[in-house]
Amino acid sequence: MKVYINGIGNISPQETWDNTKFLKEVVSSDDNRLLCVEPVYKEYISPIKLRRMSKIIKRGIASALIALKDANVENPGAIITGTGWGCWADTEKFLLTMIEQGEEQLTPTAFMQSTHNTVSGQIAISIKCHNYNSTYAHRGVSFERSLQDGMMLCLEGNKNVLVGGFDECTDNFFTMLGRVGAWKKKTINSLDLFNDSQEGSIGGEASIAFIIDSNKTDNSYASIDAMTTFYKPDSDEQVNEKVNEFLSSYNLSPSDIDVVVSGNNGDSKSDAIYNVVLQEFPEATHTGFKHLCGQFDTSTAFGTWLAAKMLKTQSIPSVVKLNDVNKVPSKVLVVNHQNKENYSLQLLSKC
Amino acid sequence: MSTRVFVTGLGTISSIGNNVEESYQSLVNSKKGIAPMTRLDSKHKVNRPIAEVNLTNEELANFVNVKTLEGCSRTSLLGIVAAREAAVDAGIINELSSERIGLISATTVGGMGETELHYRNFIDENGQGAHLDYINSHDCGESTQRIADELGMKGYQNTINTACSSSANAILLGSRLIKHGILDKVIVGGTDALCKFTVNGFNTLMILSDKDTTPFSAHRKGLNLGEGAGFVVIESEESAKAKKIYSEVTGYANGCEAFHQTASSPEGDGAYQVMTEALTFAGLKSGDIDYINAHGTATEINDLSEGTAIQRVFGDNVPKVSSTKSFTGHTLGASGGIEAVFSNLAIDRKTIFPNLSFEEQMPELNFKPQTDVIQDVEITNVLSNAFGFGGNNSAVIFSKV
Amino acid sequence: MAELEEELKSQIIESLNLEDIEIGDIETDAPLFGAGLGLDSIDALELIVMLEKFHGIKIDDPSQGKDIFESIKTMAEFIRAQKA
Repeated sequence: MKVYINGIGNISPQETWDNTKFLKEVVSSDDNRLLCVEPVYKEYISPIKLRRMSKIIKRGIASALIALKDANVENPGAIITGTGWGCWADTEKFLLTMIEQGEEQLTPTAFMQSTHNTVSGQIAISIKCHNYNSTYAHRGVSFERSLQDGMMLCLEGNKNVLVGGFDECTDNFFTMLGRVGAWKKKTINSLDLFNDSQEGSIGGEASIAFIIDSNKTDNSYASIDAMTTFYKPDSDEQVNEKVNEFLSSYNLSPSDIDVVVSGNNGDSKSDAIYNVVLQEFPEATHTGFKHLCGQFDTSTAFGTWLAAKMLKTQSIPSVVKLNDVNKVPSKVLVVNHQNKENYSLQLLSKC
Repeated sequence: MSTRVFVTGLGTISSIGNNVEESYQSLVNSKKGIAPMTRLDSKHKVNRPIAEVNLTNEELANFVNVKTLEGCSRTSLLGIVAAREAAVDAGIINELSSERIGLISATTVGGMGETELHYRNFIDENGQGAHLDYINSHDCGESTQRIADELGMKGYQNTINTACSSSANAILLGSRLIKHGILDKVIVGGTDALCKFTVNGFNTLMILSDKDTTPFSAHRKGLNLGEGAGFVVIESEESAKAKKIYSEVTGYANGCEAFHQTASSPEGDGAYQVMTEALTFAGLKSGDIDYINAHGTATEINDLSEGTAIQRVFGDNVPKVSSTKSFTGHTLGASGGIEAVFSNLAIDRKTIFPNLSFEEQMPELNFKPQTDVIQDVEITNVLSNAFGFGGNNSAVIFSKV
Repeated sequence: MAELEEELKSQIIESLNLEDIEIGDIETDAPLFGAGLGLDSIDALELIVMLEKFHGIKIDDPSQGKDIFESIKTMAEFIRAQKA
């Protein structure tokens, strides 16, 4: 099922939408939440259309257009997005107005844009793409489901498939998830995420699009050789068994992996499992990324972006390193889980 | 990639029945589930009839043996009922822990029905207010995960939200996962509970009818919202051997009309695209279709656009067409699943279900929907349409084996 | 008399979030939809709510909107007629 990443558009809390940059300057925050650094949207979307769009729709369209331009593709073979909570700003706008105004004098715009597939639909409208279009909303593997479908489509013969993940962290969303223990109680600097022993993580958001295809191009970042997911493993040992099974099914052993991109989010309730996995890769450079983008349902997409950029540039920015091993990236394993329920593994190679 | 995909189990709950048999009886007896609101406490009670499932959350929970109701959405409960019925029907209820069995469920609003009651608590900055367990049951994926957990499933799970075409897309994706050899069996469909959020949302678009919905009628006034869940079990050829087979999933297509966020083009280009692609995929000619279970929401735009597209595909030989939303209301993310169950029942029970409440023929169309039930009729191929916001269109063809 | 017209322009700018447009940019006689301001069917629904909110006028049939919302002038005329 091997595919190549031929274009990327990444709007995140770092200045990643500029593909010429790679974490030279790092943005941090002190309020347990990392919010997107935005490009100038007028460069991508006409003002008459922009006026109606919430941030996530602008980000979704702009990240898609950046990725398409990067890959030199006009019309993708499919548009598939993943999102945990969808267009939350529009959803809660309609919801709160409905509650506050007692179901009176409501307007349709926020409602019609509240559906999770608004972004995939609006990308299609903005480039007039009539091809396959889908949106997955499956918690911590929403992005992985879109990637997996995209890889299947490439195998079915579709060209230049756009896959992506997006989520947004509005003020109320941050408050709400905080009430069920998603975030740390005391504020920390985001760059200290991996050294903090509190329960909970920090909030984050991004919109990240990839153009994938069965064929390599001059702009290819890396190949995605394989991916898999698994659900609620019985034990930590079973997680390692799954990782080993995954690698050995591609005739690889842990020593073949140069870099592990690990989804540590600083939550003392659930981060230990990453150490269990990383111990199996003593010869690899260990890297983390959620101190740069925060925790959200589709944050794995940032991990995929990091892996692809490292493979293309053949470099590992010091800000992502978790150990002192220095490897030249050739094979990268991305490991992620959310609340020890949904796990995913991705294998990427230099191309 | 040559594997065939068969439907081996059906399950549904909606305003016209708590299971497949009750639903079938309602369908053949022209008994619709549309009535004034009773369970939902909305201001629009007086003039917006809807199609509610006639069970409280407590009754639903007892029915499927869910122990803790707090933190379990009505969407999940409806989904558990229908997914379980489909799994029992397919004889796979005792093997669901296999990693070769998947669950793909669609929903448009997940736990919104509970969120809208407690949202002020959820966002209280002083940490006041109760029912916080419903925060974790809001997102769409939770309902799928909950169904999987209640049924003891461990394999592939996914949640689709492409608005009203969601559960048709679950059937597409499930079929492709089987053809790729990733899964042997998948429970596919969708679930959505009624909530004030969707009632008010569709009301702002001015497409909710103040009387019983009249699909494909000249003076139609829009849709009635409904709730429910519908799932079918699909299996690979190998896995379905020696089982009762309802139909084969022979054709499907999805596309984006890329015309407007909520409206389809009057020419029905998007609907035309997916219907013709599904026919080509199935290797069928338009004349091979015996029955179309239409999307048929009875909005001015949908029925014109879908009707025109049907006319363009089928010319002067439009097969029997009906919108069973005239029974169940529009169940949004569940509609493609419920209508897949009905499409399979049409083949299995040799029945064409009527389009209730039809009034006057649309002047733009050369056909009228089927208004009476037809029984003892051989049905070989059924086309089921599902169209959603974002211009997301899907068509699925089920064929008698 | 032109007060209502000016009021409507600022209400439209606010309701439809027309960030880059000022009151002076909207001509009283110019079409609001299509070639003019470029509004669409969703804006029409927003304008229906705007009439209810700011002017207490309820429109139940969205197809009525087409004539009423042709221009600022027709909107003002409609409001005056309703209130007369």
